[in-house]
Amino acid sequence: MTVFNLSKIAVKAMARNKMRTFLTMLGIIIGVTSVITMLAIGQGSKQSIQEQISSMGANMIMVHPGSDMRGGVRMDPSSMKSLTLDDLSAIRRYAAQLSALSPMVSSGGQVIAGGSNWPTTIQGVGEDFLMIRKMEVAEGVMFTDYEVKRAAKVCLLGQTVAENLFPDVEDVVGQTVRFKNIPLKVIGVLAAKGQNTFGQDQDDVILAPYTTIQKRIMAITHIQSIYASAESEGVSEQAEKEITMALRASHSLADDEEDDFNVRSQQELINTFSSTSEMLTLLLGAIAGISLLVGGIGIMNIMFVSVTERTREIGLRLAVGGRGRDILSQFLMEAVIVSVGGGLFGVLLGLALAYGMGNMLDWPVVVTNQSIVISFVVCAVVGIFFGWYPARKAAGLDPIEALRYE
Amino acid sequence: MENKIIRIASLEREFSVGIETIHALKGVSFDVLEGEFVTIMGASGSGKSTLLNILGALDRPSAGDYLLDGTNVGTLTKDQLAGIRNRKIGFVFQSFNLLARTSALENVELPLMYNAKVSPRERREMACQALETVGLADRMGHAPNQLSGGQQQRVAIARALVNDPVMVLADEATGNLDSKTTLDIMGLFQKLNSEGKTIVFVTHENEIAEYSNRTIVLKDGEIVKDYTNQGRQAILD
Ligand SMILES: Nc1ncnc2c1ncn2[C@@H]1O[C@H](COP(=O)(O)OP(=O)(O)OP(=O)(O)O)[C@@H](O)[C@H]1O
Ligand SMILES: [Mg+2]
Repeated sequence: MTVFNLSKIAVKAMARNKMRTFLTMLGIIIGVTSVITMLAIGQGSKQSIQEQISSMGANMIMVHPGSDMRGGVRMDPSSMKSLTLDDLSAIRRYAAQLSALSPMVSSGGQVIAGGSNWPTTIQGVGEDFLMIRKMEVAEGVMFTDYEVKRAAKVCLLGQTVAENLFPDVEDVVGQTVRFKNIPLKVIGVLAAKGQNTFGQDQDDVILAPYTTIQKRIMAITHIQSIYASAESEGVSEQAEKEITMALRASHSLADDEEDDFNVRSQQELINTFSSTSEMLTLLLGAIAGISLLVGGIGIMNIMFVSVTERTREIGLRLAVGGRGRDILSQFLMEAVIVSVGGGLFGVLLGLALAYGMGNMLDWPVVVTNQSIVISFVVCAVVGIFFGWYPARKAAGLDPIEALRYE
Repeated sequence: MENKIIRIASLEREFSVGIETIHALKGVSFDVLEGEFVTIMGASGSGKSTLLNILGALDRPSAGDYLLDGTNVGTLTKDQLAGIRNRKIGFVFQSFNLLARTSALENVELPLMYNAKVSPRERREMACQALETVGLADRMGHAPNQLSGGQQQRVAIARALVNDPVMVLADEATGNLDSKTTLDIMGLFQKLNSEGKTIVFVTHENEIAEYSNRTIVLKDGEIVKDYTNQGRQAILD
């Protein structure tokens, strides 16, 4: 018998009992719909985390004081004084793979302009910082190395700060703000960046030369952290190693001593968060997979009932010349059509649900081709797997007994 | 010499039920010539259906030989038996056995679906022709529940004819029909026979046997009579 005849027989047999066919499909439809939707949500969150972390900087490497302590008390890293400007020079000298380097000191407090004031963070950085963090100047200019050397009383405002301090002022550049009683001239406004992955407003910030913050505001000589950009993603790891070596040398650490600083790259951050959301995806997928399995068992159940119910039909088919394997193929085909057809509906429904939910709840969703292909293949496998046993039972029937069956 | 469609010799069939063995057929021998219309008669339990099932390649004998159109059926595998049923035999059942919610035409096409050599177009043509032969050309699209009992049996007969079998086997084919419809159906069998089809018809009614040209009577699995009907009744359609 040809495959064409076979599918025709199977389709006709199914069309003869549309309700049963639909109910059998329903389990698979629900299973696949949930697989597609869950994976879309999982993938969506993964991708949006990756995008947001990437937007935080350009192949960024961050150095913070403190060690990766396993057990024991951990100090607040910002109060540690282990990073210095000498460390910065050491890195500049030894780490060849860096395209940008900037120290950072930051201080929180109230910023005042005329009658209004606003609580924010002021970050003291070098000229390279904009490039490292992928920030842009919307109005005015960035301070230069010269202004850094002079510890010039200048600053750039983030959008949020500018809006709250100068709600009615057209031209913010040229105004003066006061932070801890130090007047700072506004020489630029940063372009908006929005919220980051953790829900922080990245525009609620003021940038000033680090020297200004160190000397005039905080009265410290150490720095709190170091930011750098690797020349490319590929050399990021190498650059990290060089920075570590430079710092170990500069801190004169013996071989058996642990690092008293912490080097982390943006890539690591992406990997950490990706693996978390991958776990989430896996978990969601597994839950959805179970419902697909239940759908498969539904197929088997209804197929079993159907084999008994259709015993006379099977007897007749055998009597007019159907061979055992024809009957087997017919029932398998029916199972596969039900599961793959249910899979098709499920994919469509899953797409609709994923995008619909994404739109309504403003969730990021990503439907990968992979998840569609996988659900489809799983459907076919489920159909064959759960259809096999009932089909075998049907094929093994004795024609005379099947015909006589009441 | 006339062509022998069926040759059976010392055919036996035993059934084991628990520790008991039932001898349903105890050494049956006879030949059926091409173009004969044979009825098999006998009391209930005499082995008629058992014999017909073996003749129809639905079952295999426990002992003895069965040659169908020159093929020794006793030595065939299950799949080969299915092939024999598909190409050489047409079966008509007491309870019609039509597929529900399926048109007469598609019901008749069924045996050809299991024959890869027949194209869809040929299949349709052959099924139409078979339905015309049984006088149901105007009922092709009707499902079984839209047909009378007699019409349903005609569809079943068309299905038995569609593969142009060497013989048509019927087991109590009129058992579910009233006497008027029974007459119609027997007339149809006679017409098919007159066109050259070999027919073996199982019944336990004497009157029906009178429409055939030969009657074999079974009793407890053995042939007790085998005679030619001299005064064969003809039904004129
Ligand atoms: N599958 C089976 N298992 C056991 N015994 C069987 C089986 N089939 C038939 N028999 C026995 O074989 C004998 C002949 O049965 P068969 O069905 O051939 O009778 P029959 O002549 O067709 O009767 P009826 O006129 O009632 O249809 C009976 O005694 C029956 O009980
Ligand atoms: Mg019987």
